[in-house]
Amino acid sequence: MTDFGFTLSRSSTLDLQKVDEGRFEQLCRLEKGAAVCIGCGSCSATCPAGSLSGMSVRKILLAVRRGQDIHRMLQCCMLCGKCTMVCPRGINTRHLILSICSIYD
Amino acid sequence: MIYEGKQRIWSEYQKDIPDDSWYYVRSCIRQNFFPASERMFTEITRNVLGKDIYETPHHTTCGGIAYHCDTIPQETAMTIVARQFALMTEAGYENYCPSCITSFGNYAEILETWREFPELEAKIRDNLWKACRREFEKPRYLAHSSDLIYHWRNEIAAKAIYKLVNAATGEPLRIVEHIGCHYAKMFPSKAVGGAEYPYVLAGMIESWGGQVVDYPERRHCCGYGFRQYHVKANRSYSLSNTHKKFESMEPFHPDAIITNCPGCPYFLDRWQYVIAEQTGKTYGENGFGIPVLTYEELAGLVLGYDPWDLGLQLHQVAVEPLLDKMGVEYDPAAKYLGLNREDILRPELPSSLKCF
Repeated sequence: MTDFGFTLSRSSTLDLQKVDEGRFEQLCRLEKGAAVCIGCGSCSATCPAGSLSGMSVRKILLAVRRGQDIHRMLQCCMLCGKCTMVCPRGINTRHLILSICSIYD
Repeated sequence: MIYEGKQRIWSEYQKDIPDDSWYYVRSCIRQNFFPASERMFTEITRNVLGKDIYETPHHTTCGGIAYHCDTIPQETAMTIVARQFALMTEAGYENYCPSCITSFGNYAEILETWREFPELEAKIRDNLWKACRREFEKPRYLAHSSDLIYHWRNEIAAKAIYKLVNAATGEPLRIVEHIGCHYAKMFPSKAVGGAEYPYVLAGMIESWGGQVVDYPERRHCCGYGFRQYHVKANRSYSLSNTHKKFESMEPFHPDAIITNCPGCPYFLDRWQYVIAEQTGKTYGENGFGIPVLTYEELAGLVLGYDPWDLGLQLHQVAVEPLLDKMGVEYDPAAKYLGLNREDILRPELPSSLKCF
């Protein structure tokens, strides 16, 4: 390989046509609230683990939609339930996390 | 795509392009990249179409390349542009035609700024007078040289010797059109077809018998930018942009790419070599790349000019597969013979990208 002093960067493009939506559909069957999330981020803003570990319910749900790996973030949830208290859509986010864990196991 | 729908959108963005009498200014970098393009523009417009195209050796850079690299302030670029307009006024012309896309964007931006802030125009007039005792009229019409070829595309088609058709199968060639960002993205109303569906190159392809390829990253930048390439630390970004475009167009198997910007054909052409050297991947058929031509070179080809007089031997990607498909007659042995058939030496061949 010729060294030009620069190389191709890994593409951050997300091809939504190739995303596996199976897990998100499975989640929606288990947890109706998953489909009504508006991604406002209130859950992430109130998460006591968020600033320390990068835990974010909003990001987890987005990653499930995109079929991406979320094991590391899931491990950081302390199941305190503060996110459930602030959700403007009334989603039981604590239960949502448990449902996501059951799908990814 | 719903083709008829797009055609209706294009038709809403049209601009007035006078049929004759243009003051032509060349690009700073095109003559180095693809030296026959501007020569072919004057050859076709003057000698084939019989138009009045005037140019003067006294014109300079428009300052656009330095302005977009943040090395000069806009007022300096404006004073340079004012001098260009003064040269046009002194020559008795009122229709201004730059060959460079960034120049086109620069002129459009400056004229719009002067319209919004007349006091700035007055200051620039004063600057110009103090600098070189010149005065100017603003151009009545501003059009890029691809606008002119677009305007005369059917006249060229009527005189064409070759068409953008596969000579063996009779099928139209699949052509990717790539528009320079500064043509339509800065001022969509100044472009034929607007920013979303600029029709300037698509119109040429259709008139000359080809088929336009629509692909997901069609409006993506070629990756050149100014600060993206000129700063070496940013070149990965420049290369990755081009790579993204090629990955996107690859499934549509384009036969060629045409562009109307100085930088785009250079980087779409040369980066194919770099991508092949780094990844081993090529995007054309049988290990070749996808030939990238300027619109003047393509016009010259359909009009029957010798490919080597068009400077096609200076492209990194071999153009022979395209010439063979079109049925263009050429002498392979004359590829590296310059003026007076003097040997201009053969370049070293790449390890992955197939070339002649």
